[in-house]
Amino acid sequence: MTTTAHDTPRQTPPAGHATPGAQSFPLKKVLLWVAIIAVVLFSLGPVLWQWLTSIKTNDAITELPVVYFPAPNQYTLQHYIELFTRERFGAYIFNSAFVAITSTLLCLAIGSPAAYALARLRLPGEQFILAAVLIVTLFPYILLFLGLLEIVRVTGLANNYLALIIPYTAINLPLTILVMRSFFQQLPRDLEDSAKVDGYNTVQMLTQIVLPMTLPALVTTGILAFIFAWNEYIFALTFMTRENLKTIPVAAAQLGGTTLFDVPFGPLAAATIVGTLPLILLVLFFQRKIVQGLTSGAVKG
Amino acid sequence: MAKLELRHLNKTYSPKIVPVKDLSLAVEDGEFLTFVGPSGCGKSTTLRMIAGLEQPTKGEVRIGDRNVNAKAPGDRNIAMVFQSYALYPHMTVHDNIASGLKLQKVPSNEIRHRVAETGHILGLEELMDRKPAKLSGGQRQRVALARALVRRPDVFLLDEPLSNLDALLREQVRAELKQIFDAQSTPVVYVTHDQTEAMTLSTKVAVLNNGYLQQLDAPHEIYNKPANQFVAGFIGSPQMNLLTLKCQSNNAILGDYRIPIPGGFAPPPEIVLGIRPEHVRLARPDERQTIQGQVFLVENLGMSYLLSVRVKGAENVTVRALLSADQRWNNEDLTLALPLESIHWFNAQNGDRLPTTHEEARLDQGIPVKR
Repeated sequence: MTTTAHDTPRQTPPAGHATPGAQSFPLKKVLLWVAIIAVVLFSLGPVLWQWLTSIKTNDAITELPVVYFPAPNQYTLQHYIELFTRERFGAYIFNSAFVAITSTLLCLAIGSPAAYALARLRLPGEQFILAAVLIVTLFPYILLFLGLLEIVRVTGLANNYLALIIPYTAINLPLTILVMRSFFQQLPRDLEDSAKVDGYNTVQMLTQIVLPMTLPALVTTGILAFIFAWNEYIFALTFMTRENLKTIPVAAAQLGGTTLFDVPFGPLAAATIVGTLPLILLVLFFQRKIVQGLTSGAVKG
Repeated sequence: MAKLELRHLNKTYSPKIVPVKDLSLAVEDGEFLTFVGPSGCGKSTTLRMIAGLEQPTKGEVRIGDRNVNAKAPGDRNIAMVFQSYALYPHMTVHDNIASGLKLQKVPSNEIRHRVAETGHILGLEELMDRKPAKLSGGQRQRVALARALVRRPDVFLLDEPLSNLDALLREQVRAELKQIFDAQSTPVVYVTHDQTEAMTLSTKVAVLNNGYLQQLDAPHEIYNKPANQFVAGFIGSPQMNLLTLKCQSNNAILGDYRIPIPGGFAPPPEIVLGIRPEHVRLARPDERQTIQGQVFLVENLGMSYLLSVRVKGAENVTVRALLSADQRWNNEDLTLALPLESIHWFNAQNGDRLPTTHEEARLDQGIPVKR
């Protein structure tokens, strides 16, 4: 590299002797990171604590002073093993998953066509229908519960997966309809016109053109519906009394110690982790699948 | 390939919103009909009614001598190109082009053959496996065209297909369009607000305004013999000079000057004189039918200058003249000739064209008509 007389004055000064102001202490950056770490600790702290508890031996859990990070000899998988041997957590996971997946799929299958109709057809009383859908979301959940309990009793649906699948689907439908409708409205109309001219009928158009383009919306609403169904407690507690039909939240809450005064911190923590893990995996998996801007390129963008 | 016919088409959304009032016309095989008009004139609505995306309130759409009002768009065997291209974003170029054929249950061998053939015509071979998001505007445009061509429909419908392209590309694609559709003998209906596209592409132009057909004619007829004041003002750029003038006996009064009204009709008290800026020229010394005025605005259009002239004796009247760049003139005191044979006369009340006696003569001189 040749150095001319012009270059010399512009040579970078050694670190630490920066011109005042220009390269001073990066206060903003530090503050940003402090804030980020604070927020992360605040939200993930409890989860981290749960996780640490779930892999500590019982002695380490109860030891004083508190053992934050267990020593190498204090690790154990005993709590997890107990969940699947002494308790029947395999069955509970299956119950939860079956109920949540079925109600989510039902919700999308019923909600999307409804949303599409509300978005595209000029229905008489469309505003009224929308208002009604919105009002349903405003019902206090606990009041619905009493009525549902009566219905479940009369129809004899107790201890049947349907007793959970139907209410979960119904409760999630308004949200699905409203979210999907707004997505459908954003879709360029020309695309559907073009599909009509190409000869797609309404059902083909929905399944082959419109839904593939609303995949991100489907996944988003699907995840919301799934999380609700997975976490729901009161319905699951009341409608499912038979041991082998319990869902994870109920089972976790009913974990008992050997005596009345023994709180099984370890298994509880492990159950929490087992119950949370599928949700985390689901979101992580679909986060990569949610391809943003899938519709870009359809019309001039 | 089939004749397309519209009979007394009307679309009424509400008593106040009637985009198409009463439209009747026919497009034969091999004809390229362009709907042109200002925004809101009903041209797109008409096209959508032909496609079946809108139902006419009254009247009939007939394709191949059959009323297709009750048929769904997919059953009309039409192909449409949209302004926004409307490519399916989740399908590759190949699947986009093939989608219509697949729905028609065309055997897959033939689909492959036809898609390849169309792709070849439009130069899309390299792009077949791409998704629309990875294409440029011009390429998307060509895919949209290919999707229409591959169908071999009875009628092509194009809704402002060039308006999303930049000016340079638009000219290039316009020329390509002309070649492609010249090679087809299928009726084409094209909607645009761009009169250059209307003039260059079509064999027939339908000028629409206010939901009514103003004129349906070959492009040169529209240009040379506008049926009314609206068509005269709408077609041609720069816009035709349209001057509302008082009449005295057989003369129209333009400031200090008199312009003789040719025979053929009784002179009304007021008349509209129309002359295109490109027909106004600098007067030669021996010419008598001239007007004088002062130039107050000169616009350089590159190959010519557009002059706005205030006519002597009529301070509120502006005449615009298009002069080629090599001419010299005096800005203060300009003498212009208004050749009588280039003047159009319109009824001041209803805007209709007034037929003049020299009209026949001018047509006989003959502008070559190529169909």
